[in-house]
Amino acid sequence: MDLSDAKRIVIAGAGQAAAQAVQSLRQGGYTGALTLVGEEAAIPYQRPPLSKAYMKGEMAEERLYFRPASWYEDNKIEVMLGSRVTSIDRAARIAHIQHGAELPYDALVIATGSRPRALACQGANLAGVHDLRSLSDVERIRPQMVEGRRMVIIGAGYIGLEAAAVARTMGLDVTVLEMAPRVLARVTSPVMSAFFADEHSARGVKILTSTALSHLEGKDGQISAAVLADGAKLPADIVLVGIGIVPNEELAKDAGIACSNGILTDRDGRTSDPHVFAAGDCASRPLVHYGRTGRLESVHNAIEQGKLVAAAILGQPRPSEDCPWFWSDQYDLKLQIAGLSTDYDTIVLRGDPTDRKFAAFYMRNGTLIAADAVNSPPEFLASKKLIMSGAKIAPDVLSDVSIPMKDIAAKAAA
Amino acid sequence: MAKITYISHDGTERTVEAKNGESVMEAAIKNSIPGIDADCGGACACATCHVYVDEAFLDKAGAQEEMEKSMLDFAENVRPNSRLSCQIKVSDALDGLRVSTPESQH
Repeated sequence: MDLSDAKRIVIAGAGQAAAQAVQSLRQGGYTGALTLVGEEAAIPYQRPPLSKAYMKGEMAEERLYFRPASWYEDNKIEVMLGSRVTSIDRAARIAHIQHGAELPYDALVIATGSRPRALACQGANLAGVHDLRSLSDVERIRPQMVEGRRMVIIGAGYIGLEAAAVARTMGLDVTVLEMAPRVLARVTSPVMSAFFADEHSARGVKILTSTALSHLEGKDGQISAAVLADGAKLPADIVLVGIGIVPNEELAKDAGIACSNGILTDRDGRTSDPHVFAAGDCASRPLVHYGRTGRLESVHNAIEQGKLVAAAILGQPRPSEDCPWFWSDQYDLKLQIAGLSTDYDTIVLRGDPTDRKFAAFYMRNGTLIAADAVNSPPEFLASKKLIMSGAKIAPDVLSDVSIPMKDIAAKAAA
Repeated sequence: MAKITYISHDGTERTVEAKNGESVMEAAIKNSIPGIDADCGGACACATCHVYVDEAFLDKAGAQEEMEKSMLDFAENVRPNSRLSCQIKVSDALDGLRVSTPESQH
């Protein structure tokens, strides 16, 4: 459906995908009404630093903003903060806003993101128990990041480990609880898990894997301890919960738009309603380099889908679809991840983990599908190219550090 | 404070005031300078803020760290004066800096 004569575009959400969509719409020449409806108090901001430099206090809040507030005024974007789209009348094409306002639309972009999975145990609501997702979460956490205090982190995913690195660097006593037998179990291979577990242990973080939490204990409403399933008690002054996120798909679902672990979209971000689009953490889209559909939780995904949706609405050519990529900063380690490693059949190491500079390549049927690169940008950047080319590569070439990655990528492209 | 001029691939010049301490990338993004994507927001993770630094300012822009060097190695159309703009910190010494942006960051 051609929406290129759209005059009213509403964006539900104000995160990375939403910010990219409004920017790409204006850059793409859209001059009609453009409204951004965001639940949080802040104008759109970057989330990655929240568990890294910003958490450490090394970065001013205004540096988190994608664009200064004046940019939205200059570009005639109406920003409704502290509000949200509560329901959609698809037949009348009206977005209902909290407190009764109505916004008619020609195109609606749902970029509502995701929310932290809630800890379902006794004591989860005690003061001092925090999620780590929003600016306001960090505002609450940071005053408690005091040397010597005891922090218990529930969940050894990227967020949990990044927070552990920051807290440990600031001198807190940090324990990480993980139900799975290894850290990062859901997102990477055993070799990477072992490397990161060793790094954290060497810095003095206590990592307890195969460990289930029973409940949290408090004193006068304030967290005092995490109690494990085996009865052991870990005294705690602060608890951070990082056990995954859940897509905010209810707005679409309640309106009868197709969802399945995310709002289902086509390559252009269009949902089952041709006037409604979805982008970012809340959307599940075709992963063109992998021949399946999936929901990605990443900056790259949010940016790319924001661009795809804007181009689709304006009837412009589809922007390029990059191979998915991610990064994580812990201590002085930069982990850069290219591709999706699910279903790999072979893992190839390049370099030695004890050098703190190495990469793990994940192959399937002789082609590269993903790579985890630690302090190794060439391995990361070459892998993006190799993954998109789909070329067959010999594992012993990838593992041979005497062959520069640039040459490997060039050869595969030839 | 430093005045920085960004020259786009088609030759259009835009001059902005940048604050000391922010990066040349951040000053560009704040002022909606086209041609700099900065997908990762300045984490030196994506190599989409590639610029060419005016030769006269190359020394003042500071030295490249290993990470930046190897990221640039994979950027398109790299020249001897290529830099990642997220890694150049604005200071008074950079007043008058001119940087050009490549045709594409991807």
